[in-house]
Amino acid sequence: MIRFVPRERTPVWLSVAVSIGAGLAALLLTAVPLALSGAPVFTAFGLMAQGAAGNGFALAETLTRSTPLIFTGLAAAVAFRAKLWNIGAEGQLYAGALATVALGAGLIEAPPYLLVPLVLIGAAIAGAVLLLVPVLFKTRFGADEVVVTLLLNFIMLLFVQMMLEGPMKDEMALGWPQSAPILDDAALPKLVTGLRLHWGLVLAVIAAIALHFFINRTVWGFRIRAVGENARAARYAGLPVGLAMAMVGAISGGLAGLAGASEVAGLKGYLTADLSPGFGYAGIVVATLANLSPLGVVPSAIFIAGVFVGADSMSRAIGVSSYLADLVVAFALLCVLVGGLLTRFRIVFVRREPA
Amino acid sequence: MWEAFDILLQANFWAATIRIATPLIFGVLGALLCERAGVLNLGIEGIFVAGAMSGWLAVYLGLPLWGGVLVAATVGAAFGFLHAVLTVPLGLSQHVTGIGITLLATSATYFGYRVAFPNVATPPRIEAFPPLHVPILGDLPFIGPILGQQTAFTVLAFVCVGVLAFVLSRTPLGLAIRAVGDNPEAVEAQGLSVVGLRIGAVMAGSALMALGGAFLTLSAFNAFYFGMINGRGWVCIALTVFASWRPGKALLGALLFGALDAYQLRIQTIAGGVVPSQIFLMLPYLFSIAALVLVARRADYPRALMKPYFKGQR
Repeated sequence: MIRFVPRERTPVWLSVAVSIGAGLAALLLTAVPLALSGAPVFTAFGLMAQGAAGNGFALAETLTRSTPLIFTGLAAAVAFRAKLWNIGAEGQLYAGALATVALGAGLIEAPPYLLVPLVLIGAAIAGAVLLLVPVLFKTRFGADEVVVTLLLNFIMLLFVQMMLEGPMKDEMALGWPQSAPILDDAALPKLVTGLRLHWGLVLAVIAAIALHFFINRTVWGFRIRAVGENARAARYAGLPVGLAMAMVGAISGGLAGLAGASEVAGLKGYLTADLSPGFGYAGIVVATLANLSPLGVVPSAIFIAGVFVGADSMSRAIGVSSYLADLVVAFALLCVLVGGLLTRFRIVFVRREPA
Repeated sequence: MWEAFDILLQANFWAATIRIATPLIFGVLGALLCERAGVLNLGIEGIFVAGAMSGWLAVYLGLPLWGGVLVAATVGAAFGFLHAVLTVPLGLSQHVTGIGITLLATSATYFGYRVAFPNVATPPRIEAFPPLHVPILGDLPFIGPILGQQTAFTVLAFVCVGVLAFVLSRTPLGLAIRAVGDNPEAVEAQGLSVVGLRIGAVMAGSALMALGGAFLTLSAFNAFYFGMINGRGWVCIALTVFASWRPGKALLGALLFGALDAYQLRIQTIAGGVVPSQIFLMLPYLFSIAALVLVARRADYPRALMKPYFKGQR
């Protein structure tokens, strides 16, 4: 007989072990479809590892890719802590990106030390507003935020396409639907000349540390956790549940908006409708893999980014579809969910008494 | 101005309404079956994708059309089984697991498609379900051309509405499924298995969802495209609340949505150039959100929805 006994506390090492185990299990599971497709499994994984971290250049590329994932991972982590199911980080990312271009492409001229913070704040506000709408629908009308945030992703993407074909279209871009480039003064500087790595990564790590302290060390952080653990008890205890939800919404949407700002102002320089290959959705996996801990989001995002970068490089080398990366990510999410049982329960083997 | 009204008098518009509504009918029926048993299945979007591809691939590889339908349903049930095992006996978060199922089904489908067809410029085609000729009704003016464009797959959707409505409201099985989503303790007290009923309902519901996807590749179109589902599954989740978990209202909601979508496609050609096309493309999503917000206050959610049940624990 196996029995699940709830744990009082979960040791940190166990959470970390479960996350790492889930990542490895995901890679192992992906080997099955990979082998079925007739590809050389070991070569493929070897090439993936090499492409993700084989040299300094590959590592820099992985860190560059992890930057938006840290932001969207934090967005999911803080929301899920409060049981606010924000599946709309993809849309909020685009809202932030739109705000970045709207403010940074010549509307305002200011020196970098003013313009960069202004653009970032604008992007965070845009992302926050886009999430506050479904939060309002949830608290005022009881409308499920999952569906609303999901559908807003599609609406936001259409809105971006509309802006890029209309008012925000760059006339210099030869008919290609893209925005005008942002000013040099609005751009996030590169960390190392010659690499694509930019200051967005530093901001993302700072955001992770700040969120860690906010959630674990402040009154509002405590309230947010309390609402997540038991909203009814929190309301009974007199906590302002609606306000806490709105605050979580603003923080989560704002972080997702920063993901868009960092991609535009740090990497691309202008906005296209294919800015994000699903960073918003991958953020959910990043957060879950990190057990919703803000500090854990950073390594977790780097792992997921490595999978994507490595799969791209492997795909170029031996022609196995890079959709393999999405498979690893999906398996990682399901594995860590199952592994989460180990962190919440102790498994006790009970010898059945002879009757 | 009259042009906008004229659209409503075209048989073509009503035929398109039914065609757009059909996959949603399957999707909403599937979602409401899962939710009636107490399990939210956000795997729906991915199950649509998997159903669309697997059903189409089976026919492409030589199975008859109805064989493709069966394959799609089986694949859907398999993903449903995975979702059910993770959320029912293991009690994992139905939200996050559902998103995981969507990610898994979508990526496995896309990967599988790329393995099967590494370098194709235009997607390969199959011979899709032919339009039906209905005797007598098919010869009527106006009604005839509307029905004349539908296929046997659409008929199956309407049959499913009737069957599910009957099973849920008139049979002991339906009673058990509804009870397991409202009051699992009572079901356990009757000596029935909560876990078994929930797993079965989620598998059947997921099979229905997959049929919605398969309709697109086997009847509405004759090929599989990346991104062809485009949020249809999520729309179904919204329509389920709108339909207050009743098959009859699900049919109504899907048809209403189909009419709106067909209308926006047609009005685009009239108002095109003045209003950006994206505004019209947003309408179906905005409509879904509006429908959800309007009914949410008085929505009668299954009482044990999203509440995991463990034996002997209250």
